[in-house]
Amino acid sequence: MNRTRNNPLADDLVRPLFHTSVWFYGAVLVLATVVLAGAAAWGYQLWYGIGVAGINWPVFWGFYLTNFVFWIGISHAGTLISAILRLVNARWRRPVTRCAEVITVFALMIGAMFPIIHLGRPWLAFWLAPYPSAREIWPNFRSPLVWDFFAINTYLTGSLMFLLLPMIPDFALVRDRSTGWRRRIYGALALGWQGTTKQWHRLESGMQIMAIAIIPVAVSVHTIVSFDFSMATVPMWHSTIFGPYFVAGAIFSGIAALIVAMAALRKLLHLEAYLHPVHFENLGKLLLLMSLLWAYFVFAERLTVWYGNEHSEMAVFWATQRGEYAPLYWAMVVCNFVIPFPILALRQLRTIAGTVVASFAVLIGMWLERFLIIVPSLAHKPLPYTWGDYAPQPVEIIIMVATFAAMILLYMLFSKFVPIISIWEMKVGNQPHPPVVTEAEDELAGLWRARP
Amino acid sequence: MAHRWGMVVDLDRCTGCEACVTACHAENNIPTVGAAEAARGRAMHWIRVERYWEGEFPEARLTFRPVLCQQCDNAPCEAVCPTYASHQTDEGLNAQVYNRCIGTRYCANACMYNVRFFNFFHPQWEKPLQLQLNPDVSLREAGVMEKCTFCVQRIKAAKSEARAEERELVDGALQPACAQACPAGALVFGDLNDPESRVARLSESPRGSKLLEEYGAEPKITYLQRQGWHEPDAQ
Repeated sequence: MNRTRNNPLADDLVRPLFHTSVWFYGAVLVLATVVLAGAAAWGYQLWYGIGVAGINWPVFWGFYLTNFVFWIGISHAGTLISAILRLVNARWRRPVTRCAEVITVFALMIGAMFPIIHLGRPWLAFWLAPYPSAREIWPNFRSPLVWDFFAINTYLTGSLMFLLLPMIPDFALVRDRSTGWRRRIYGALALGWQGTTKQWHRLESGMQIMAIAIIPVAVSVHTIVSFDFSMATVPMWHSTIFGPYFVAGAIFSGIAALIVAMAALRKLLHLEAYLHPVHFENLGKLLLLMSLLWAYFVFAERLTVWYGNEHSEMAVFWATQRGEYAPLYWAMVVCNFVIPFPILALRQLRTIAGTVVASFAVLIGMWLERFLIIVPSLAHKPLPYTWGDYAPQPVEIIIMVATFAAMILLYMLFSKFVPIISIWEMKVGNQPHPPVVTEAEDELAGLWRARP
Repeated sequence: MAHRWGMVVDLDRCTGCEACVTACHAENNIPTVGAAEAARGRAMHWIRVERYWEGEFPEARLTFRPVLCQQCDNAPCEAVCPTYASHQTDEGLNAQVYNRCIGTRYCANACMYNVRFFNFFHPQWEKPLQLQLNPDVSLREAGVMEKCTFCVQRIKAAKSEARAEERELVDGALQPACAQACPAGALVFGDLNDPESRVARLSESPRGSKLLEEYGAEPKITYLQRQGWHEPDAQ
């Protein structure tokens, strides 16, 4: 017990759970208001019909699907990056993994709402689930939307397990430091964790299995999201490059979201001692790599379309390159490449502030990319008589803003209830030279057994 | 042998009068959405007359092309529907089951002809226009997709009438509203599986081609190209 109490590391990281400033309540109030406004906007849309959104003939998908792809992309920050860093045993990952994995879970929950919000009759969304019914109709397994349904649910389940597993020892730690109702709640969440060698061993193997299993799931999810587009013979959708292109874009925007979240946590929760400039430096290098990869994909896609010179594809190509969507297109290029590339390539600029600036640019750029994939193609389908355009309506903008507020709100609340940096993993990392992990485990086990 | 409904559109005969569009609206209870909504791209016309200009003024030339659901054999709209609301019937129609539609609008995106229409709001008719609704055709609620059915209610009625009178269907006696209303006779409807039918013979014409044939959707509508065009002073 005394050892636990005197542990400065745990003291530091558990502090946000026990001390809350008035600013926190103020921020929660503001964000909750915005989220409620979004809920009201959705209610308005349910009542009057999806026609209150800006979608039309022939642009049947607009902001909602843009946000869907964007948020699913953001979700690739966490689980995928954390799993890769775990597998390659990158030591600097320890303070990063949990705040990354949380992004995945919340971004997926938000992203998965959009296909439901965008439905004409959302109360029937459950028809995508295969269940025995008197109608004897199953979902159409040829439809990429049904693949989406399964892929996203698999990813959400897997990411939740991947997030919750390493939280168990930390729940136990909070349990041992608290009293009253808190102790009961965290006691239940800790699932009877005693810190025995056997339990540590099981946790480690569980983590190992999940880290390996989640990587193909994550890759498949965004590939399948890309299939929503590439399976249809719509100009500039029907492309074999879309699977890897979307996965790369997802990781790109995911890392950017992670850097922004980490910088905010570092500042607001005073975690300067744990999130060092080197973390931002390393993630900045990853972001640089993804920026180059993104630029390569865009170049490859654009060059082949231009060289192929196919009528209907060229209509979309020129609409984005120098037509009505050109301002957005070039803004995307600036945000995804022109701004982040020099910042991340020069060591002097690859600071915390620099990576945050680059990340904000990337988030804006990747949102634009999703919009530019969906809308210009639908507006320029093969028959010129059917060309159209799209302008978002207030309800779509309010719901979009509300989801950003929801993300920040969920993240803030999470950091209040769970140590946002994995305490036990930090401790394992602090062992000077652990020849085998079990040694560190044994010491930790003793630490937990000493509780009253 | 099962029927296989198809159509031939003779572009040489189409005058662009849009009688087909009006007849289709009346027959199939297609709501009119008003000027403001139509300007936003919410107008619904199961059949439309596309208007294109060829050449530059003063040599510009106006051409028309009626476009309706092509009733594809290999329909891209059907594969992508998650709930089987869009599916192929035994007689080759691309059917849309309104009650099964949840409104993903994926079918409309996948259709390269853009002949699917979405009910953005509940349909409304100014009184007393609701009295002229066709009782044989169901109304569609907000949030569902709808499209040309080849007037399936007429097909059903003609088949049961023929069965009651114990006879075969007569070619030409059964027509969808658009073909019936076309004053120039540009739209010819019938059974492609009956080699003697007018539509089957016309679709073999050397003037025939399919719209956006390169996409491989195998439409059952054949367009007959315009024949020789002579400049007035060249005659």
